[in-house]
Amino acid sequence: MDMANQARIKEIAEKYGRENVVVVLGGAEAESAGLTAETVIAGDPTYAGPLTNIALKLSVYHIFELKDIIDPEIYEDQISMMEMVLDVDAIIAEMRNIRDELMDD
Amino acid sequence: MTIDKSFFADKKICVLGDRDGIPGPAIAECMKTIGGEIVFTSTECFV
Repeated sequence: MDMANQARIKEIAEKYGRENVVVVLGGAEAESAGLTAETVIAGDPTYAGPLTNIALKLSVYHIFELKDIIDPEIYEDQISMMEMVLDVDAIIAEMRNIRDELMDD
Repeated sequence: MTIDKSFFADKKICVLGDRDGIPGPAIAECMKTIGGEIVFTSTECFV
């Protein structure tokens, strides 16, 4: 997760309160989505950015996980093409793993 | 696991898209149909 985005997420969580902030990802691979999720829950695992050692414990989902509650027409227009080429099951499984492992509430 | 739409109603949404996956603006369009307030949209490049 790039440094500028880490800084923005940190500011937003401080401004609105962590319980009021949700992060929604569009990562192409399970690994990259998982790393981003880990960063906004437990802190930057690379110890390089503004979220190093800062566990915001934000709610975080991949857009694929929200398919059932998105307007189907909009989902079809915006997401369905990438849904066909990306490994949706692996991404969703990784997001669940990261949340199960790192979120304690 | 089904996530309840009402969970998002009063939330501040941060969108972190991926240039090689789903770009930020596409996620934002979807999130507008769920609710909450989008406060930040970005598209990252993982290379």
